[in-house]
Amino acid sequence: MMRKKLVIIGNGMAPGRVLETLLEKQPDAYDITVFNAESRVNYNRIMLSPVLSGEKAFADIIIHDEAWYESHGIQLHRGAPVTQIDRERKSVTAQSGVVTLYDHLIIATGSNPVVIPLPGHDLPGVLTYRDLDDVDAMLAAARTKKNAVVIGGGLLGLEAAAGLQAQGMNVTVLHLMPTLMERQLDPAAGYLLEKSMMERGITVITKANTHAITGDGRVEAVELDDGTEIAADIVVMAVGIRPNIKLAQECGLAVNRGIIVDDQMFTSDPDISAVGECVEHREQCYGLVAPLYEMAKVIGNRLALEPDADYQGSVTSTKLKVTGIDLFSAGDFGEAPDRDEIVYRDATRGIYKRLILKDNRIIGAVLYGDTQDGAWFFQLQKDRTDISEIRDTMIFGPAYVGGEPLNPTGAVAALPLDAEICGCNGICKSTIVNAITGKGLTSVDDVRSHTKASASCGSCTGLVEQLLALTLGDAFQADAVQPLCACTDLGHDDVRRLIIAKELKTIPQVMQDLEWKTSCGCAKCRPALNYYLIATWPGIYKDDSQSRFINERVHANIQKDGTYSVVPRMWGGMTTPDELRAIADVADKFRIPTVKVTGGQRIDLLGVKKDDLPSVWADLNAAGMVSGHAYAKGLRTVKTCVGTDWCRFGTQDSTGLGIKIEKMMWGAWTPHKVKMAVSGCPRNCAEATCKDFGVICVDSGYELHFAGAAGMHIKGTEVLCTVASEDEALEYCGATVQLYREQGRYLERIYKWADRVGVDTVRDQIVNDPARRNLLFRRFLYSQQFAQVDPWAERVAGKDWREFTPMANFSMLEAAQ
Amino acid sequence: MNTQTEKWIVVGHLNDIARRGSRCIKGPRFNIALFRTADDQIYAIEDKCPHKQGPLSQGIVHDGAVTCPLHNWVINLRTGQVVGEDEGQVRTLPVKLENGLILLNMGISLVRAA
Ligand code: SRM
Ligand SMILES: Cc1cc2nc3c(=O)[nH]c(=O)nc-3n(C[C@H](O)[C@H](O)[C@H](O)COP(=O)(O)OP(=O)(O)OC[C@H]3O[C@@H](n4cnc5c(N)ncnc54)[C@H](O)[C@@H]3O)c2cc1C
Ligand code: SF4
Ligand code: FES
Repeated sequence: MMRKKLVIIGNGMAPGRVLETLLEKQPDAYDITVFNAESRVNYNRIMLSPVLSGEKAFADIIIHDEAWYESHGIQLHRGAPVTQIDRERKSVTAQSGVVTLYDHLIIATGSNPVVIPLPGHDLPGVLTYRDLDDVDAMLAAARTKKNAVVIGGGLLGLEAAAGLQAQGMNVTVLHLMPTLMERQLDPAAGYLLEKSMMERGITVITKANTHAITGDGRVEAVELDDGTEIAADIVVMAVGIRPNIKLAQECGLAVNRGIIVDDQMFTSDPDISAVGECVEHREQCYGLVAPLYEMAKVIGNRLALEPDADYQGSVTSTKLKVTGIDLFSAGDFGEAPDRDEIVYRDATRGIYKRLILKDNRIIGAVLYGDTQDGAWFFQLQKDRTDISEIRDTMIFGPAYVGGEPLNPTGAVAALPLDAEICGCNGICKSTIVNAITGKGLTSVDDVRSHTKASASCGSCTGLVEQLLALTLGDAFQADAVQPLCACTDLGHDDVRRLIIAKELKTIPQVMQDLEWKTSCGCAKCRPALNYYLIATWPGIYKDDSQSRFINERVHANIQKDGTYSVVPRMWGGMTTPDELRAIADVADKFRIPTVKVTGGQRIDLLGVKKDDLPSVWADLNAAGMVSGHAYAKGLRTVKTCVGTDWCRFGTQDSTGLGIKIEKMMWGAWTPHKVKMAVSGCPRNCAEATCKDFGVICVDSGYELHFAGAAGMHIKGTEVLCTVASEDEALEYCGATVQLYREQGRYLERIYKWADRVGVDTVRDQIVNDPARRNLLFRRFLYSQQFAQVDPWAERVAGKDWREFTPMANFSMLEAAQ
Repeated sequence: MNTQTEKWIVVGHLNDIARRGSRCIKGPRFNIALFRTADDQIYAIEDKCPHKQGPLSQGIVHDGAVTCPLHNWVINLRTGQVVGEDEGQVRTLPVKLENGLILLNMGISLVRAA
C-alpha cells in the first residue's frame, strides 16, 4: 500500500513535537519530508540564551540530531526554504527548485523578529535575536567590540542583554515603557527587575524613545528622542515578533495576524494544518513554547488517527532565563475593582509576590525573587481551585498552609546598627538598642530620657517603639500608630524616617522596601510619598505626576464646570500697568469669562478651557509673569501692606520684605499650602497674624509669627521671636519652613504640625539653636535650586503636552444616521 | 441593532496616554474619557460624572477606577457604576486595543446618544 505523503515546512520546536507524538503511535504511517530554511537540525530555540551567555554549547541544545531523522526515515532538507505552495497540485517548491507532492501539509514557519524601520536600521551591526546565526553574530561582536545596545526590555531583550554582558560587553537596554517586561510584570516587579539588571552592571533606560541608529558604514551609536547619544558597536533589536504567514497568504489561505486555524489546527484548506507561532487560534497568537506543544499534540494525535480533544487555547506563564534572576508571571495581573490581591514583600531578601484573585480563584500571579511556588500557583489557577480555605497563608507556599502570619517590624529589624533613628539628635539604632538592653528600659519615655531619641520633634516615636518591640519581644506594649493608609502599617513619621535611613529614592522602592500591602498604593499614599521623596531628595527624585491631584498635575485649579483658573504671581501683591494690560489682553483673546481679585492680593482668571492653558500661560510669561501656584501644596501668596513707602504709620519696608520673601519661597513644595504676610506696623493691615508665617514690622525690627490660619479653623499665630534685620527675618522664615517640610505630615498645615510637635520645640530649634537654624536654612536654599522653575514656562515649552491636547476630536462629525 | 453601526476608529496609540492617566476625546454629542490603568488596560467612558458633571478624565486613576476631581466620587471604569455609598452610572463605550492602537466603536457611541 502507498504511504501517504506528509510534508512539513519549518523545523522548529512545534513540528518537532508533532513528529514525536505521531511517531510514537504510528511510526510507519507516513512518508515524511521536512523543509527547513535554517541549515540545522531541530534544536531548542529557548536555550539560545544560555548559549549566548556561555553556560551551554550548541550541542547541548539539539533536540533531534541527524541520526534521529535517519532512523525514522524522514527526509530533512536543511537550508532549503520553501518558496511556494500549490494547493491545486498539492505540492511545495523549495528554493533549490525541488518540488514535492503532499497528501497533507503542515505549515510551521514560526515568526519573524520585528525590525523598527528607524533611520539606520539596515546598518551592519544591527541584529535581531531569533536563531543561532544571531547568537553567533553577537558572540563574534563580543570578542572584538565593547558596546552593545539592546532595544526592547522584554524577555528576549533582557536575555540578550544578560548574555552580552556575561560575554564582557558594556550593555545598555532601551525600553519604551516605564517598567521592564510590562506585559508580564506589574510595576513593582518591573522595578525589582530593573534594580537587578542595574546591579549586574547593565544600564537600563526606561521611557526611552529611540530616534535613530547612526554610523558611517556600520553602527556607531544610538540616538534617543531627547538627544541622548549612546555609543554602540552592535544594536540588538528585540521589540517583538510577527507570525510568518507569507507562504500561507500567497497561496490564499485565510490569515489575519497569523494563519487562522480551528480547534483541530486545520487551516481554511482541510489538507493543510498549521502549528506554532505562525498560527492564530481563536484570535490569539502565542510566542511561548507551552501552547505550541499543546497544539502539536492535537495534530500529532490526529495524524495518528487517534484524534485528541480539541485545542482550547492556553493560559501561559513566563520565566526569564537569566542566571540569578528569579521571576515568574502567569495569567492576568490587571487591577479591577472586582478583584482582590494578596501581596507579600520581604525587603531584605528582595522578594515580591502578588496573587490576583477573583471570586476566590487565582487569575494571575507575579513572583519575583522567590519563584519556587510558581508552578503550584499556576496549577491552582489552571484548575480554577477555590482557595478560600487556604487564602490566609497560601502566599507562603504549599508548605505553609496553616502557618504563622508575618512580622510587621521587619523593615526596622533590617536596618543596620548605625542607621540614624532620631534625626534631630543624631541617635542611631545601636545606641537605642544598647540603652534598652543595658539599662533595662521598657518605654518610649525611658528611651527619651536616656538617649534623647524622639525627645525633639517626636517623628521617630514609631521607630523607637518598634525597636523596643524588637528588643523586648512580647514584654512591650506599643501605643498604636495611625497608619498612613490601608496599604501599610507604618505611620507617616516612620515612613519618612525610613526613606532617609534606607535611602529610598522612588515610590516603587519605598513600597517594596517598606513592605506595602498593595501593589501600587492608593490615592492617599501616592501623593504623600511623592511629597516625602521630593522633600528628602532634592535634585535627585523625579516627580511622579500621576501621583498628584489634577490641580498640581496641570498647574491650574479645576472648576466646577471642568474649566480651569489661572492665577499669575503678583509679587507681594504689587503689579504694574503692563502686567494688568497683559492680563486684560489675555482675558479678551481667550474669552475668559471672569476676572476676579482674590483674597490673596492678586488676580484670578476663571473659566479657562484646558486646551487654552498653555497659550494663556505663554502670553502671561511673555509679559514677565509666572505661575502663582494657587493650586499647590506649596507657597501661595505673601500679602503685604504699603508700609513705609506711603503709610504714615509704617515702620519698615513691608512691601519690599514681602517681595523678598516671596522671591525666596516660591516653588517650594510643602506638606500643605503655605500662606504668608508682612504688615508694616502692629495695625496689621496684611493680616499677618492669621498666616502660616507672618511678619509684623516694629520700630526695633521684625516680629516673626507662625502657625496661624483662617480657614476652617481660625487660629491666631504664635510669636517666634523678634529679629533686627531683613536678612535675619529671611533666614528664620526659610528655616521654619524647612523644619516644617522635614517634619510635617502630608496635608498637615503648619499650625497642626506645631501643635503636634510643640511650639516650644520649634522655637528651640529655630531660635535657640543658631547652628541648626543655619543648617535648615541652607538645606532650604539648596532644594530651592531645583524647585524654582516656572511650571507654566516648562509647559509652554512642550512638557506634558498630551495633558492639554484632546487625543482626538470628532466634535465636527455628524452623528451617523 | 448596534452591529449595523459598528465603526471602529483608531483614536490613538496606547503610549499617547500615561499609565494611570487619561486623555479626552471630543465627540459630536458628548466627550469621551479614555483611561489607561497601571497594567495597560484601556477603558472608555463618557467624560461626565453622574454627581455634578465633573470631567472624569481629570481624576486620579487607581485600581481600575477613577476618582472624580470635583468631589471624589469613585467610578468603576469597566462597568461605569459608582463605587461605594453614592449611586449612579456613567455610560461606558466599547474600546479595544490592537497592536498598541486604541480603537473606539464610534458607530455605537454616536447612535446611542443621550
Ligand atoms: C481664589 C480664592 C478666593 C477668592 O476669590 O479670593 C480662593 C479659592 C479657593 N480656595 Fe481659598 N481661596 C482664596 C483665599 C483663601 C484664604 C484667604 C487668604 O489666603 O488670605 C483662606 C483663609 C486663610 C487660610 O488658608 O488659612 C482660604 C482658605 C481655604 C481653605 C481652608 C484651609 C484650611 O486649612 O482650613 C481651602 C480648603 C483647602 O485648602 O483644603 C481653600 C481652597 C480653595 C480652593 C482651592 C478650593 C478648591 O479646591 O478648588 C479655591 C480655588 C479657586 C480657584 O480656582 O482659584 N481655601 N482661601 C483665594 C485665592 C488666594 C490666592 O490668591 O491664592
Ligand atoms: C532567544 C529566545 C528565547 C526564548 N525563550 C523562551 C522561553 O524561555 N520560554 C518559551 O516558552 N519560549 C521562549 N522562546 C519562544 C520559543 O522559542 C518559540 O515560541 C518557539 O521556538 C516557536 O516554535 P515554532 O516551531 O513555532 O517556530 P520556530 O522555532 O521559530 O521555527 C520555525 C522554523 O521555520 C523555518 N522557516 C520559516 N520559513 C520557512 C520556509 N519558507 N521554508 C522552510 N522553513 C522555514 C525557520 O527557519 C525556523 O527554523 C524564546 C525564543 C527565542 C528566540
Ligand atoms: S470660600 Fe473658597 S472654597 Fe469656598 S466657595 Fe469660596 S472660593 Fe470656593
Ligand atoms: S461631580 Fe464628580 S464627584 Fe461631584
